[in-house]
Amino acid sequence: MMTTLMPFSSTPAPLAEPSTADRVRARRRHRQRRWVLVVLLLVAVVIALFMVNLCVGERSYSPAEAIRVILGQKVPGAGFTIGRLRLPRASTAVLAGAAFGVVGACFQILLRNTLASPDIIGITAGANTAAVAGIILLGASGLALTAMAVSGGLLTALLIAVLAWRRGGATSRLILIGIAASSMFDAATMWIMIGGNQYDIQAASRWLTGSLNGARFADLGPLLVVMALGMPVIATAGRALDAMRLGEDTAAGLGVRVQATRIVVMLVGVLMLATATATTGPIAFVSLLCGPIAANLVGPGRSYLLPAALVGSAMVLGSDFIAAHLLAHTYPVGVVTGIVGGAYLIVLITRLTRSQPA
Amino acid sequence: MTDHTFSADGVAVGYGDRTVIDSLDLAVPDHRIGAIIGPNGCGKSTLLRALSRLLRPSAGSVLLDGRAIHEMPTRQVATVLGLLPQSPSCPEGIVVEDLVSRGRAPHRGTFARWKAADDEAIASAMEQTGIAELATRPVDELSGGQRQRVWIAMALAQQTDLLLLDEPTTYLDLAYQIDVLELLAELNRSRGTTIVMVLHDINLAARYCDWLVAMRDGAVMAQGAPAEVVTEQNLREVFSLDTRVLPDPVNGAPIVVPIGRATPSHADGPQRGRGERAA
Repeated sequence: MMTTLMPFSSTPAPLAEPSTADRVRARRRHRQRRWVLVVLLLVAVVIALFMVNLCVGERSYSPAEAIRVILGQKVPGAGFTIGRLRLPRASTAVLAGAAFGVVGACFQILLRNTLASPDIIGITAGANTAAVAGIILLGASGLALTAMAVSGGLLTALLIAVLAWRRGGATSRLILIGIAASSMFDAATMWIMIGGNQYDIQAASRWLTGSLNGARFADLGPLLVVMALGMPVIATAGRALDAMRLGEDTAAGLGVRVQATRIVVMLVGVLMLATATATTGPIAFVSLLCGPIAANLVGPGRSYLLPAALVGSAMVLGSDFIAAHLLAHTYPVGVVTGIVGGAYLIVLITRLTRSQPA
Repeated sequence: MTDHTFSADGVAVGYGDRTVIDSLDLAVPDHRIGAIIGPNGCGKSTLLRALSRLLRPSAGSVLLDGRAIHEMPTRQVATVLGLLPQSPSCPEGIVVEDLVSRGRAPHRGTFARWKAADDEAIASAMEQTGIAELATRPVDELSGGQRQRVWIAMALAQQTDLLLLDEPTTYLDLAYQIDVLELLAELNRSRGTTIVMVLHDINLAARYCDWLVAMRDGAVMAQGAPAEVVTEQNLREVFSLDTRVLPDPVNGAPIVVPIGRATPSHADGPQRGRGERAA
């Protein structure tokens, strides 16, 4: 082992050769710095978009006014517009976006496929069907609606897992089964909606597009609780998930409890996803997009679960702002993410099929 | 390097309803290099998967220092027993050093920070495998031989006394195969690492290993030193192949010259009733 003559061993000496271990440490710190930088940047972007969503609208307010509202001070005018309308809406966007983003990334890692996000493999569709059945057949809202969506999502996840893994199936099989299940659930959703009355159909179809319109703090409780409990679980499983990117056998060899990790992350993930879906409706493609974007930002091999959550929040905040203010009409947020996400999906599929020569 | 006992005790293992190995005993010699050989589908990879706790035996157990590895905390096992599976996958664009550092996982736990010992282990693993110069290169840009060195380096960074490898030389050209086996032999010499691997090439297995196990239809047909296992008689029983076995002019290990498929009258002898493989 080389020892440097410099008194400060952490700063590379200009002449003395640093040992390989020193270089390993220095380069790892460099990679970690980029990760921290990306996370801080994403936090800043989320905060900035959050503030823009609070301040800008038909009537605009200064950030100072918005902060005073957040702090609970009485601000004439802004108190209602920001406190009652925009703050719940932006908070819902942050939480639901984070849930969609992080759960999408988890599924993509667990199933080792970029296409394997819950909105592609049918879990979202299953939650939708259950929620729409709740709206139309039972007149459900609030907690009951959440419970319906969660059970629909969990049942679908279970069904797809059983169908795909019964004979040790590959991920590609799971994805195909999921896509088929997705279509069946969509059809079932349509069938249920046609039987409903005019008012419920409107409510259901608005919900199905993914919308933050009329978001209220009163409806945010379940999502807040599920996120507060779920995120630490996902964070704890972070290193295990990281190791599983090397393949399940390798991860097991490194001491990861692969099966337990898979089950816990799936359960918690579906719970978070379905609760977010029940709160906002399925905001199209956010789950699919966040993982790859976050992975690109933090660089190869870095953990991207937390960044995916932040990208999700930023994406939903940004899309909602565009949908509500920058287009000719006021659209639900799902319209914007749907168009952007659909385009990305086409690019992704083109790239995937090109890399596999027929 | 501490001493260990590692053995399979009446192990039965399979996939779903299909039993691949019925009841198998194997004591792995400590501080030695060994290989499992046999024809395709004979259960050699299955045995390695059972030894490395990837498959849970339906009967019997794999014992590490007298304890069943399936009962031990998997992270504790991972500090003693390393594994290089047949086709590990690498995250797109990950650099060599980053991948090698993943070998530290069992020593680090859920939230622990990086320690100096981790850096030393990563550095020494890269130096031993001769990939220190490649440290910042993306793994997916390397040649097959270099990539295999990176994976072995990852296993070395894990600093286990036992190392299991599933066909570490597959897909490599002859020079790289020798590279990998020399590397493992050197590791065994310098650190006393116990090595068990699945190998296809009997000549290379005989040359580099202290002991061999020959399997057919899920059962051990022969085991012992290469000269005892690699005989014309055993090869006929294990591979249904007529061969000549000659002494290797370099180090005297047996080398196999295949002649052709054994005639049925020869092959029939060792064929066992339960040996029918699912199509």
